[in-house]
Amino acid sequence: MTRLTLKGLAKRYAGAGQAALHGLDLTVASGSLTALLGPSGSGKTTTMKLIAGLIAPDAGDIRLDDRSIRDLPPERRGVAMVFQNPLLFPHLTVAGNVGFGLRMRGLAPDRIAASVAAMLARVRLSDLADRRPAQLSGGQAQRVALARALVLRPEVLLLDEPLSSLDATLRDEMRGLIRDLQRETGITTLVVTHDQAEAVALADRIALLLDGRLVQHDRPEAFYRRPASEAVARFFGGVNFLPGKARGGRFDCALGALDLAPGLPEGPGLLTIRPEAIRLGPGPNPLPARVQAVTFLGTQTRVDLGVEGFALQALVAPEAGLPLSPGQEVTVSLPPSALWLLPRPEGAA
Amino acid sequence: MMRPDPRRADRLRLLAGLALAGTLILPLVPLALWSVAQGWRFPHLLPQAWSGRAWAHALDPASGVLESLALTTLIALATTFIAALVGVPAGRALGLYRFRGKGIVTLLLLAPAVLPAIAVVFGLHGVFLRLGLTGTVAGVILAHLVPVLPYMTLVMAAVFARLDPELEAQARTLGATPFQTFRCVTLPAILPGLMTAGLFAFLVSWSQYLLTLAIGGGKVQTLPLLMFSFSSAGRNDITGAIALIYILPGLLVLILTARQVTGRGAALTQGLRP
Repeated sequence: MTRLTLKGLAKRYAGAGQAALHGLDLTVASGSLTALLGPSGSGKTTTMKLIAGLIAPDAGDIRLDDRSIRDLPPERRGVAMVFQNPLLFPHLTVAGNVGFGLRMRGLAPDRIAASVAAMLARVRLSDLADRRPAQLSGGQAQRVALARALVLRPEVLLLDEPLSSLDATLRDEMRGLIRDLQRETGITTLVVTHDQAEAVALADRIALLLDGRLVQHDRPEAFYRRPASEAVARFFGGVNFLPGKARGGRFDCALGALDLAPGLPEGPGLLTIRPEAIRLGPGPNPLPARVQAVTFLGTQTRVDLGVEGFALQALVAPEAGLPLSPGQEVTVSLPPSALWLLPRPEGAA
Repeated sequence: MMRPDPRRADRLRLLAGLALAGTLILPLVPLALWSVAQGWRFPHLLPQAWSGRAWAHALDPASGVLESLALTTLIALATTFIAALVGVPAGRALGLYRFRGKGIVTLLLLAPAVLPAIAVVFGLHGVFLRLGLTGTVAGVILAHLVPVLPYMTLVMAAVFARLDPELEAQARTLGATPFQTFRCVTLPAILPGLMTAGLFAFLVSWSQYLLTLAIGGGKVQTLPLLMFSFSSAGRNDITGAIALIYILPGLLVLILTARQVTGRGAALTQGLRP
């Protein structure tokens, strides 16, 4: 089990005006499954390639436990990477692909065959051992790619968008397989993804990158309950933000004085509440509201509300207190435990 | 709706194949006849008398025809090998990377293949004369590289353009050294293209006349040179025999690489099976 540490890692591509990565500090706990989350262009793939050794950093260090791998070539880092495309070697069979890395290490053929057979059985591909990559489905190819990296027992496993090329059912299956294999092997794993739902479902910890900077590194639920900034909250689907001032356990804002849960900081701030935490009906922090629009989203219904000239968005279960229609007057309540204070964005009054 | 009859399609395909083979093989028939004729004058449809003299001469080690065959093969193989050594990395650079001046580099590479050899040959002769390369096999090989290298480089550039460079990155992260990556991943991926390019390179060198004559100065007697000298001396019988020998290696190379060139179990090799 190995701890992966990135220290002040920076990279600017030749000809690019802005750096892809500005001094990234990140510690991936030994044996954890961490998601590196961010929109496209946030520096996720750059970080992966730096760790794998496919590109060189301008500054900073990459450490496995206490040893720097920054200047080692990719093949000597003990880091295996699975790319977004399975990238199977077309001239080799499935078994040949899975055994590739062991063969490069010069292992004896019988030992390679045994390891490959065990690995293929684990990912339920034993029947396809003699197939060529061209004869595999997308999901099968992705499983071969995963097996090909895992059979090496790397110190760190990097997965670049492993689910993005799969359709919904295969994605669930693959996600389960990644989770199970990671728990069994305990290999420190870093998964790159742009999809916050995928990161939440897959990882123990999430590191959120925005514009080449790490903005929050925490357990998945913290990104919903305790986002570090407005940008983080927005990335995770936060839409309700109220500027105001916290004083004596209450928050003064355009909607009046709202009760806060204890322990929140005092002073000017931005109040946020998840749309799914807003309750329709009386309760704590009750407010009169007018329904502006009702949108059926399948598993949830989105209700746009006007409260004191302020727009709030709520997500409710489709059958909760319905039917609702635009123009209707309702009471909404904002549970104090769901209210969270963010620092005021810079430049705001 | 008329459904196409598969047997009829097969028959048509066979007919087309025969017609194609005919146009390729028919011109060789007079050569074959000449090579075993003792005298063959107008208006006779077939030679009046037969003889194995021309073949005896061509296959006699003392006549130099076999020696010339070996030399021509050596020059074509060496040219192909050197062209691959230079053309594979060059093709990789052109096919995989974008860089400043790529268009000009491509144009310059293509130029020797587009320009007629006669435009190049005098300047080349002057340079090689000063370098002491005229009249040598090495000089002829270098001269052959002028038209061969563009073919090799451009074919390899097309091959590399279709290669996913991430495949090599993937191999590295699985523990392969740069050399292992080339041997176990890149080479198998480019091999069919390399075979095709090699076949072209071999045949371009094999059929060189002008460059061999100008740089070799008659001292490097490849088969085309030998054939022309017999032809202009009016020895149609020996010319016919050499011409048939001359065709053989090209045919052999084609059969050996047919699978790679056409991409699947090629008709040519399958047709040769009993």
